[in-house]
Amino acid sequence: MTSRLPSQAKGGFNFDNHVRNAAMEGKGAALPKATKTGTTIVGLIYKDGVVLGADTRATAGPIVADKNCEKIHYLAPNMYCCGAGTAADTEMTTSLISSQLELHRLATGRQARIVTAMTLLKQMLFKYQGHIGAALILGGVDISGPQLYTIYPHGSTDKLPYVTMGSGSLNAMSVFESRWTPNMDRESAIELVKDAIEAGIFNDLGSGSNVDVVVLTKDKVDVLRNYARPNERGVKEASYVFRRGTTQVLKTSIRDMVDIKETVESIATSTAMEVDAV
Amino acid sequence: MMSTVPSELPVTAPIEHRFDPYVDNGGTLLSIAGKDFCVVAADTRLSEGYSIHTRYVPKSVKLSDKTVISMGGCYADCLTLTKRIQQNMEASLVAPMWYRHAHGKTMSTAAIAQMLSIMLYQKRFFPFYSWCILGGLDEEGRGAVYTYDPVGSYEREACRCAGSASSLIQPFLDNQINFKNQASERRELSLDQVLRITKDSFTSATERDIYTGDYLEIFVITSNGVELQKMGLKKD
Amino acid sequence: MEYNGGAVVAMVGKNCVAIACDKRLGVQAMTISTEFKKIFQATPKTYLGLPGLATDVQTLAEKFRFKINMYKLKEEREIEPRTLAHLVSSTLYERRFGPWFTEPVVAGLDKNNNPFICNTDTIGCINFAKDFVVSGTSTNQLYGMCESLWEPDLEPEDLFETISQALMNAVDRDCLAGWGAEVVVITPDKIITRTLKSRMD
Repeated sequence: MTSRLPSQAKGGFNFDNHVRNAAMEGKGAALPKATKTGTTIVGLIYKDGVVLGADTRATAGPIVADKNCEKIHYLAPNMYCCGAGTAADTEMTTSLISSQLELHRLATGRQARIVTAMTLLKQMLFKYQGHIGAALILGGVDISGPQLYTIYPHGSTDKLPYVTMGSGSLNAMSVFESRWTPNMDRESAIELVKDAIEAGIFNDLGSGSNVDVVVLTKDKVDVLRNYARPNERGVKEASYVFRRGTTQVLKTSIRDMVDIKETVESIATSTAMEVDAV
Repeated sequence: MMSTVPSELPVTAPIEHRFDPYVDNGGTLLSIAGKDFCVVAADTRLSEGYSIHTRYVPKSVKLSDKTVISMGGCYADCLTLTKRIQQNMEASLVAPMWYRHAHGKTMSTAAIAQMLSIMLYQKRFFPFYSWCILGGLDEEGRGAVYTYDPVGSYEREACRCAGSASSLIQPFLDNQINFKNQASERRELSLDQVLRITKDSFTSATERDIYTGDYLEIFVITSNGVELQKMGLKKD
Repeated sequence: MEYNGGAVVAMVGKNCVAIACDKRLGVQAMTISTEFKKIFQATPKTYLGLPGLATDVQTLAEKFRFKINMYKLKEEREIEPRTLAHLVSSTLYERRFGPWFTEPVVAGLDKNNNPFICNTDTIGCINFAKDFVVSGTSTNQLYGMCESLWEPDLEPEDLFETISQALMNAVDRDCLAGWGAEVVVITPDKIITRTLKSRMD
């Protein structure tokens, strides 16, 4: 029997709770819902590279769980990846592949290629048969130039010059379809990405808040976090700070932090070692 | 060949056909009663699933100089119910319920409240999917809020919020309007304070509820009649 | 989550953080205990809130106690709140296909006494917030309360009033939470723990 100590836990998933959870579901207990990113994510290729864009809303059902989350994940120095779907899956999948790419880069001594990342991602997602709910847009620049891929939760991929994903993908794609042209310049490419994301933010209820943009070129990456903030909350009409003592308290315990100082004193001068009896 | 059901097996199970005429169009409404005024407020977003049908559609309707009704839920049901209430308050001598022409006066807030309960319960087994809040002034000129469930159970209260963000706003109203969990004594709130609380309730709900947003309509009912204020909410 | 009920909320103040929870343990609608512990001290200045299925709350509290102690032994320093958040996240994501039914909250001051709060969903997606985080069965009510009541740079005593009022009024509109409340305010030089007088129905 292998030890089950957490410090010796192996990699990979643990299915120990699965039977119990299925039994609880069978008895009618409601299972908690994971945070989803009902999302608008986009990417396009322009003259000198790739622009990626994302909104910043994370939802749990009809409630906004995070108003300013980061959906454009770092993969490698020359690659970023937008994620839609189950928030934990996009986060964990991209960070796992990111670490594999870094090891690959160190092992080969070369910059990782976009196809490598794409293959690692699609093979992992295919292995889990769609149960890892990550829909990704992978963008980057390597020795074969700027490239853009979409990767679906089941592991299928597309290679296109302009792509959108998530619940706001149709809103964003309508902007791309009407305005995208080959060989756009940097300014108009960023502006188009911003407008596509804003189409999702305003017309898709699953998307909202701010616009994040990442621009990747051959020798430079610009992470434009909160590039546009079209949804600032206004000033509140009143302050709701309570008069102190409003809340009735039954019991209070205060623990003060004390700095423990250790001082070392020389005992060389003492003549004999003394041992106290008590 | 993968064809149809084997012909020797008789079809025993009935085929179920479903008729589901209800949709949830989201939206939030609230009403707060004051000493000599009443505030009825609702956002104007009409949505379904992840899409917005309309950004501006009023959920509240002025019924008389003393009464405003606000409804959320299935918008089609809300429209029909509002129309029927107005019909029952008005019109010809054919039906005895058509109040004004039978009695020669406008229905009081309490009378409309009682009538709405009956109208909802009349459809007990095919209900209107509507969360109703009736706000107005009572016979003595005090603010009155009547709240309903979809099948007509109703109650007069000091304040109430209903609709998609009701669970977000209601505890805030308990705290700020009814001074729940506060050791200090209760205060009488002015119209200005109530309007501020109303606006902050909606801006807060808009931050966290995806079905609330776009615009806010506030009806202020005083002895001078009904005044409508509008303000913008976030549109994402 | 709905089986045992319970709510946890954390807020950032001026050089301080607060974390609060209700004290109910129920089995669906029936209340079993009004002294159920949901927040646990992770380090001198970091607390971990674990609302959710009671069996998982206690299992995970022990699991995290072990992991936090192992970290301390290996690193010869206390775990930072941000590091703890990632420890919690990976512990939960390990069970992606058979999750623990709890949505942990981490609140504390880091080594420079900067406030830190975050929560995760049941499978370990971290939500870093600058204002407040909520978790448990009363999330809707808590979001409404916090969104209205919270404001930046509250002093420890004001933060205590705000978080207490937010929690108590929220759980009063949730039949699965309430029955007493506990609030911990963490400041650079002291930790104030208070038990609140609240509705017991």
